[in-house]
Amino acid sequence: MEEVKLHYDVNAYDFTCAGEASGKLKRSLKDLGFDASLIRRVAIAVYEAEINMVIHAEGGVIDATITPECITVVLADKGPGIPDVELAMQEGYSTAPENVRSLGFGAGMGLPNIKKYTDEMTIDTEIGIGTTITLKICNK
Amino acid sequence: MDVKELIEKLDLKVLCGESLDRKVTGCYCGDLLSWVMSRAQEGDVWLTVMGNINSVGVAVLADVACIVLTENAALDADALNRAKQNDVIILQTEKNSYQIAAAISKLI
Repeated sequence: MEEVKLHYDVNAYDFTCAGEASGKLKRSLKDLGFDASLIRRVAIAVYEAEINMVIHAEGGVIDATITPECITVVLADKGPGIPDVELAMQEGYSTAPENVRSLGFGAGMGLPNIKKYTDEMTIDTEIGIGTTITLKICNK
Repeated sequence: MDVKELIEKLDLKVLCGESLDRKVTGCYCGDLLSWVMSRAQEGDVWLTVMGNINSVGVAVLADVACIVLTENAALDADALNRAKQNDVIILQTEKNSYQIAAAISKLI
């Protein structure tokens, strides 16, 4: 298999589309014949990051690079940035607004879940500029 | 056990789903989506009161066998459409999550 690149746009504040990019990526990985447990890890991590973009930023873009060994996903937004990454990484800490919580979000599990399911995770964030999260998930 | 048998034994109402032969291997209860997504296992019956489009997304990603909306929790129209597109089975019952989970534990 050669390297495959996929791109997705994520709309701001649109919960009817939230999860679409991660769902599409999941299907593509299935079609490419990846192992189910790897697909699950990618799908969960990217879904969480995608939902974060919808809730906290004004949408963004997702770029995935797929090789037989590893899936690398870069999620970039132009949102408000994360003031305290260490705090945001704590399970249970959430800044999701009330209307979003009523939809079942805001458990404060997003970033911890991403970390849990990826082999590498880096967060580049700048207040007022945006956040870019890079995830890497590899075949074990 | 498959979903069809689950429906018959627990008298569940089918809101969405055509092929009901998906195998059921466990059960998970919860309404916080991130929590459920990271902990529910493939093949679980997911008991929840969240009948919105995001629940369908979580069901697809976590690859659960089906969603059971307990206490007659409503399924909204967007969620139904998304479930149809993604072949997600959604069932409903007037019983609460405890009652259904207890019944499932006797079946599997």
